[in-house]
Parts: sequence; C-alpha cells; structure tokens
Amino acid sequence: MLDKAFKEKLMAIVGQDNVLDSKENQVAFSYDATPGFQSLPDAVVFPGSTEDVQAIVKLCREMKTPIVPRGSGTNLSAGTCPVQGGIVLSFQRMDQILELDEENLTLTVQPGVVTQKICEYVEARGFFYPPDPSSMKISTIGGNIMENSGGLRGLKYGVTRDYVLGLTVVLANGDILHTGGKLAKDVAGYDLTRLMVGSEGTLGIVTEAILKLVPPPPSKMTILSVYESMDDAAETVSAIIAAKIIPATLEFLDRATIEVVEDYAHVGLPTEAAAILLIEQDGDPEVVKRDIQQIADICRKHGARSVQTAQTAEEAQALLTARRAALSACARKRPTTILEDATVPRSKVADMVKAINRIAEKYQLTICTFGHAGDGNLHPTVLTDVRDQDEMARVEKAFQEIFATAIELGGTITGEHGVGAMKAPYLKWKIGDSGIRTMQAIKTALDPDNLLNPGKLFVPDHANSVGTGNPASAPTQTAERMMKK
Amino acid sequence: MSRVTTDAERNAIQQAFRQKLDEDELLNCMRCGFCLPACPTYIMTKQEAASPRGRIALMKGVYDGTIAYDDDIGRQLDLCLGCRACETACPSGVKYGHLLENARSAINENKRKTLKEKAIRKLTFKDLFPNQKRMRQVTGLVRLYQKSGLKKLAEATGAINILPETLRTMQSILPEIPDAKAMRERPVHLAPIFVDRPSAAETATTHANIATNEEAPINHNAENPVKRVAFFAGCLMDTMFLKTNEATLKLLQLSGCEIFIPPDQACCGALHGHSGEAAGARELAKRNIEAFEKLDCDTIVTNAGGCGAYLIDYAHLLADDPEWSERAARFSSCIKDLSEVLLECGFLEKYHLSLPNQVVTFQDSCHLRNVMQSATAPRRLLQAIDGITYRELKEADVCCGSAGIYNLLHEDMATSLIDRKMVHVQDIMPHVIVTANPGCLLQMKFGIKRRGLESKMEAVHIADLLLKSVSAQMEKRVDSQSFWVMNESRRR
Repeated sequence: MLDKAFKEKLMAIVGQDNVLDSKENQVAFSYDATPGFQSLPDAVVFPGSTEDVQAIVKLCREMKTPIVPRGSGTNLSAGTCPVQGGIVLSFQRMDQILELDEENLTLTVQPGVVTQKICEYVEARGFFYPPDPSSMKISTIGGNIMENSGGLRGLKYGVTRDYVLGLTVVLANGDILHTGGKLAKDVAGYDLTRLMVGSEGTLGIVTEAILKLVPPPPSKMTILSVYESMDDAAETVSAIIAAKIIPATLEFLDRATIEVVEDYAHVGLPTEAAAILLIEQDGDPEVVKRDIQQIADICRKHGARSVQTAQTAEEAQALLTARRAALSACARKRPTTILEDATVPRSKVADMVKAINRIAEKYQLTICTFGHAGDGNLHPTVLTDVRDQDEMARVEKAFQEIFATAIELGGTITGEHGVGAMKAPYLKWKIGDSGIRTMQAIKTALDPDNLLNPGKLFVPDHANSVGTGNPASAPTQTAERMMKK
Repeated sequence: MSRVTTDAERNAIQQAFRQKLDEDELLNCMRCGFCLPACPTYIMTKQEAASPRGRIALMKGVYDGTIAYDDDIGRQLDLCLGCRACETACPSGVKYGHLLENARSAINENKRKTLKEKAIRKLTFKDLFPNQKRMRQVTGLVRLYQKSGLKKLAEATGAINILPETLRTMQSILPEIPDAKAMRERPVHLAPIFVDRPSAAETATTHANIATNEEAPINHNAENPVKRVAFFAGCLMDTMFLKTNEATLKLLQLSGCEIFIPPDQACCGALHGHSGEAAGARELAKRNIEAFEKLDCDTIVTNAGGCGAYLIDYAHLLADDPEWSERAARFSSCIKDLSEVLLECGFLEKYHLSLPNQVVTFQDSCHLRNVMQSATAPRRLLQAIDGITYRELKEADVCCGSAGIYNLLHEDMATSLIDRKMVHVQDIMPHVIVTANPGCLLQMKFGIKRRGLESKMEAVHIADLLLKSVSAQMEKRVDSQSFWVMNESRRR
C-alpha cells in the first residue's frame, strides 16, 4: 500500500483510476514469465502520456521510490519483477500507433502497442517489421525495445535494435530526451538510441519510438528437416551458414521439445525424431527456390532422414506458431521450467549442443534444447521442480557450467532475454571487471539514485541465481518482502 | 450481495485452498502470458488481475499464504466467465477451469452469506435444477406468461420496465415454451431411420444422394443400427428448447443411430459447479452416471456445449472418490457432441443438405470448443449445406458473455462482450448465426435485438438448421408422423 499523500499526488497526475495499490493488483504485477521471482510493488501506475511519465519520475525521485517499467510481463530474466518494490509503470494505456510514414518507411508508436499488432498493421499496408519474438502476440514494443528482443527471423533480419531509429525517453532526472529520428544516417554524437535499446529499463523510460520498416519479401518457403541424431542436425546448421546461405529462420528442436510442442499444437511433428530443423527462406521466388534447394541438399548430406516442404502458407505458419510455444509447452512435463539463452558463434552450435547434453547427463537433469540455431542462440530448458531442493542445486550448477562453456566457445550468457535479476550474477563472467565498471559508470551518470529498475544487471558478488531459489537469490528477498507487506 | 469477509473466514478460506487446489497445477502455470490475448475479461479490461495468469497468481498467493484472501480477490475470481479459452491457448496445459472451480468452492463453503443469497442459492441449486419436474413447472409458468396475454400486457403498459435491461430483453427473446404434455411425454428409446440407398448402378457417377432420390424407400431397421447411442437431454434443452432436442434426435435417427434416453437422468450440474456448489454437482453427477452406465452405449450424445463439457469433467469432479472415480472416468470418455457423432455416422455422405441461398456464420460455444475440443465438426457440417455461404466470424472463439447465468450476475461485462461480438457480426452481416449451446443462442438473440437487427438475421441452434437442410427434401416424401417414430415413451 502506498503512503496516502504520495498516492494522492500520483492520482493527481494520472487520474484516480490509474493508480492501483490493492493487494490484488500488487500480486498481479509482482511477476513476469521468469520462474522463481516474485515481489510485490507498492503500486501500479498507468501513465497516458510522456508528460505523465515525466511527472511520475520527478515525484518518485522526490520520494526515492523505484520505478519498474512494464509492458505485458513476458520477460524471461526477471527484468520486470519489482525486486525492490516501488512503482510498476504499466504502458497499457499508451498503446497507439501514431504515424505510418510511407515516404520514409517509418512507423511511430507508443510503447504499449503489442508487437503482433504492429506486424499486422504494417503488413496490411504493404510493409514489413521483421523482429518477431516468440511472445509477439502478447509482448509490447516498449518491452521489446528495452530488452532488445530477438525472434525467429533474427538470423537474416537482425533484432529489435536494428529497427529502432529514434526514441523519446524520460530520464531519471525528469528530462525528456529525443534520440535519432527518421534518418537513414545520423552520427551526431553518441548513439544514444542504441544505448537505450536493451538497457532493460535501467537508464530511461521509453515513451515513443520511431521504427524502421522494410519492404515485405515477395515469397517464402518453409521446410522441415528431420534427424535421427542431434549432432547431425547441429552440424547441418553450421554447414548451411558455411555455404554462405542466410535463411530467414533456422530453428532447432530436440526430441523432448518436439514431443511437448506436438502434444500442444498437433501440427504433425515427427515425435520419434531425435531433432528437427525448421527452416524458412524468403525473398524473390527464384532465389528462395534456389536457396531452399541447396539447403535441402545440405540437410540430406548431413544425415537428414527426410526433408519436407510446407505445402501452404497456413501449414508454414502453423509450424512457426508451434515453435513459438516451445518454452511454455515444456512446462507440460514438470512443474518448473527454467530456460537459458546462452549464445555461441554460429560455427559452434554443434559443440554447444553436445556440451548441453553432457552437462544434462552429468547433473542428471532433463534439459529440452531448442532455439534459434542459425543465430547460435540456443534455449536449453531445464524441466524441474522448485520444491526439490537437491535437484535445484544441481540445476544451478548445470547452468553455471552451460554459461562457462558458452563463454569458452566465444559466446555469451544471454543472446536475447536480457540479464535482469536472473543473470545479474553472471554478467561479470561475460564482460569482466572493466565491462562492469563501464556499465556502472553509465548507470550512475544517468540514474545516480538508482531509481530506474533497481536490482537488475548489477548485483553484489555473493548473489547467485538462475532463478532457482537458492541462498542470496531474489526469491529469498521476495519471501522477506512478501512477509513485510 | 455478499458481506465483507471476516478474519476467521479468511483463514478458513486459505485452509480450504490448501486442501482443494492442486499445487502442481498452480506451479504448472509458468506465467508466459500466452493466455492473455485469449481471455475475454482481459481483452475488455486490460487488467492483469483480470487475466488467467493474474487469477492463478491470486489463487497461488492465497494458497501459499503470501497474501490473505480478501473481497477483491473473490470479486476477481467471480468476474471470470469460466469460458476456458485460456486452456486452449495455454501451451503448458494448465487446467485453469479446475483450479477456478475448486477455488470458488473453497470460498463458497467458507464464507457466510446473506439470507437473501442463501435463499436464492437454495432455490436454484437444491430445488429447481436438480428436479426436472420443477423445471417443467417453472418453464410452464413462462409459457403461461407468453400465452395468457400477460406478456403483451406487460410490454404494452411498460410494467416490464421494472426489470433490469438484460432480464427485460431476455424475457422477450425466450423461445415459445412447449405445452406441459409435450414436456412430460418424452421418448426413452428410438429406432434408427434408414433411407435405403439406391442400387450401385444408380449412384455410380455421384455420391449417394439418397435424400433427393424420390424412389428410395424408408425403413426403421432396429436390428442393425449404425451406432447405439445414449442421449443426454439436459434440463433446459428438454423443456425450454424441446424443439431443438427433437431435431437432435431426428438427426441422430436419420444418421442410423438407435437412441436410448434414460428417463432417470438429471441436470448436468454445471451451474452448481461453476457457482462453487461442488457437493450439489457431485450428487447430480452420480445420478447421471448411474442412469447411463446401465445402458450398453459407448457414446453419450449432447447438444449443449455447456452440459457436454461439464459431463466430461465428471472424471475430475469425482477423481478423489474411490467408489466413483473409475465409473466417472468411463462415463466422461463416452461424451460426444452431436456434430461429431453425425460426422462419424456418415451423415454428410448419406444426405444432400440444402437451404435457400443465405449467409451463415458460427459462434463457438466456449465449452464445446475449449473443453470438448470440437471446433471444426460444426463448421464442416454447415459448410456442406448447399445454398449457404459460410463466413467465419472474427473472434468466434471469444465468449459472447452468456456463460451460464453470468449475463444475469455481471450484466456490464456480459453486455460489453455481446456488443463487441455484434460489431464483428455486422462486419459480415449473416442471415443466420448458428450456435451449439442454449445460453449462447439466447445471448446471440439478445445481441441481435439490442442492435435492432431482428428483421435482418436470426440465431438458431445447429440441430434446427441441419434438420431444416435435410427435411427440405425429406418432407416432400415423408409425413412427419412416420418420420418421427417413437418406439416407447414414458411419462416423466
């Protein structure tokens, strides 16, 4: 519950109905899609404009109250979990598409627009916005920008970062910052747009964005390549890239994942296969046909048992939609599903898949592996049970080993989900002391009071968690916070 | 209607949550949010707490003891329509409906009610729905109201305006209630009807188009039915919607089914279960299981998605009862919707369906789609009718707001849902909106009336439309008496 005077001031800014602090709403905004993290905010506030956000930030600064910006709460690194309480800033009211500029190929949007709505809106008008995170039906563009979300089309088209041209940002000091613009080129000073994209709500609050659109590909083809061995599938991935073919989508699913996805989606996946690759190419019809032909040849050469082409656009769409449900479908098997997104250079995908299997065996864990293989971005997902202390300890160790292996192979601890609270203890592994110091310097310069999404990216050394609820991890803090409330 | 919850009630409710809710199921929700765009109350309110993910978090909060139960939580759980669209959307397979039902029952059993609420609950759940005779009497009163001139009088004088809008409109769209005799004398056993196929030579070129073949003889061969089925008549369907039940039986007969209709069957108990009256629901479930298991039928046909879905849930409802769990599971596995059974019996191969040219659309019954998992069968049947242009309704899979008696309890939410639905309906302007559940049927009629579209379109049950599409030809050849053969009937 909020202090009465504070609450009244917030209500004066956004109106009475847009400040919620009932127990019911505190619970509803206490989590995102990350297992093991939950913490009650003091209140949820729904701003309606950049000016509202500015006024809220100034007020919170006065009150020394943390602000956690939130889209739809689909975050997978506890980035939107209010681990230190404060105000959750929900952008559900700021959900308008403001302008389609057909001459400059840009779209100006508010942060609360659901990503799929953007895709549908521009596609209906003959344009294309490529970033397509699996949560696109639910997640908002504001969340995608703050997390620099990837997606199935990342291999060829890049990630959210590559489609953000300009931002309106409210800074922690209450200033309104405009970065970039409808510009193909712009080198006026530091690239603040790129600094903000992927900053996980720790440097500023995005209230408007100018997105880059591209012409839609005139055609596409989708194939499903089926393997008896996971290694064959993984090697196919490296071979396709080595052959200098960049498909739009190159997804990998292992047997356990195929099973759960098929169980949910009923799209006819071969549940007895060891692994499948879901590959899509788009572009001019002749190029697509040639590429797919070549890719199919490579698949067969690397041991594919069969290579099938989706016969209709609906069939292709069904396969991709099924793939997007993979993570959630994994939850069918065990009560707790913890996924990571360790990423390696594309050429090392086969090595990484092998390492994950070895680690799963070593710690006696069930790990489903799927992901954007073409990006080197795998999602090893542990199926476990938070109530089993012993198993959770092994999960923690397994993830540490997976991170270490990824970094050894020249990779990173997270390809697209962000650091958040979940992977904060491991950030140093990837970027080292100088990396941490540099990032912290930026953070301190822009948000000296640590009010914007505190508890994310940086944590004291002793903290340790991949969301397993082990000592010093956020869930313990949560329990304490919960009891206080 | 309810009081503010006391501390003692809070504790009792939390204890009841611990006993009744399945912890694995609560944990199974991994909060990915895939359910959000599927949830009608989230679509309308954009409130996380009004989403399935939010409601599960509330249930889990109470279960874990991290929050105490309060009236906001109770209201939020009540606001849920129980349409279970979230279950279809959920990749993790969370059984939200069961969680909700158990939570509601935990609250209902531990929260004191006002005298008024107690009286209403007793009347509805103990006196009316479990007792088919009373159902007939009450619907009989509606008939009296319709036939005696009272209805006209009430509408003409404006006396009707003392009712809230939903009820006021509802009374005007109720179907004409059959007379008492018709409701009382229901068949218990029906023979299949076979329209003999023409010889192979005659059908060599096209598919067997027997209904239009003027020469094909008709017989009632009870020896070799295509399928032996039992029919779940339902309490509302067998009174207020009797004509639809008759159409259903005729369609089954025409498909070659021998039909058994046990007279000792009861209300399905859905209304009880959804309102937290688990004990009453279990009692009805046992009565139905006993009534049907005596028959040697592996198919029990329903024509109301709401009932069918609840019958399927008997396996869950009685899972913890050692004497009944297996019997319930067997019973549940027999439940099938009319459309599925018709397709299985080759209805489309047997008859050429046709109607005058018209645009038709289908509004899913949430429970038919999300629990009985039947969405394509009714569409396949409709699309097979010659003369109709089938147009898919946008958001046909989103609840219309009827949801049992939800539209009477949560008038605002229900009305905003039907208004949204009617916008999509007007985009395609169908002549007929087909449904597969009585609640949806009334709600769609309500929507049509609210929009003043009565002269442009109507809402009908799929059984009625299908029968019309066959009998257009059949009627030429068969008088309705011989067509409608009743082997046995019994006064109930």
